[in-house]
Amino acid sequence: MRRDVFQAIADPTRRAILTLIALQAMTPNALAEHFDTSRQAVSKHIKILTECQLVSQEQQGREIYYHFNPQKMKEVADWLAPFQKMWEERFDRLDNILEILKTEKNGQ
Amino acid sequence: MASKNETKITAEKGKQELFIEREFDAPRELVFRAFSEPEFLLQWMGPSDMDMRIDKLDNRSGGSYRFVHSLRNGGGEFGFNGAIHEVAAPERVIRTFEFEGLPERGHVSLEFLTLSELPGDRTRLSIQSIFKSVDDRDGLLQSGMETGLNDGFRKLDDLLAK
Repeated sequence: MRRDVFQAIADPTRRAILTLIALQAMTPNALAEHFDTSRQAVSKHIKILTECQLVSQEQQGREIYYHFNPQKMKEVADWLAPFQKMWEERFDRLDNILEILKTEKNGQ
Repeated sequence: MASKNETKITAEKGKQELFIEREFDAPRELVFRAFSEPEFLLQWMGPSDMDMRIDKLDNRSGGSYRFVHSLRNGGGEFGFNGAIHEVAAPERVIRTFEFEGLPERGHVSLEFLTLSELPGDRTRLSIQSIFKSVDDRDGLLQSGMETGLNDGFRKLDDLLAK
């Protein structure tokens, strides 16, 4: 099946897995401990993440470590970036107006 | 004053909806005013390189609005309008949104704006937009907005945190 990065992050468990390994590379066992679901289910999510290159594997001695690939994730961020920027600018201006409104209110 | 509140935007590929979430360090009634009164809207809503004018704003259930943005260098203007389905101050607005610059009409989205009270006189704004098609949504996300993008890590966090 064709996998893409958008499909990969559509699932909350997979987003949680990415959040965990974004902080540090983890072994399958360490990762599975964070979830209530079965180990097979977690493995299946990892497989999907690997297929779309969000996650890479590295053998260290007898252990496999999963790494996060931020470059791939950037595809999603880039897609949203202009829109995000527009809203951030708007909301920053709104913050300023709210500050003024709050001051007016306290002055009454 | 720079804010530490992050804007969280979620748009899953292949879906017709889009979520925007942001918190404000102000009580809900003030945030609602800033969202509904023309004098405040004019100050924050338009893109920073454009002038904004309000053609119409009948801010109540069954009302409607039309806003127009124009480029300062005279490079043209574009409007957007919609019907206001419900205004439940200070917590909810349900309305439609249509960008007038498209070659054909009818690409309307439905917007739910919700303000929730948070402890410490703070407010959370949630916007859910539902589009006619996935293409309509993706088109909006990538519409002529400036493509100034820096490193994507902050946005990455937003996406992952959802």
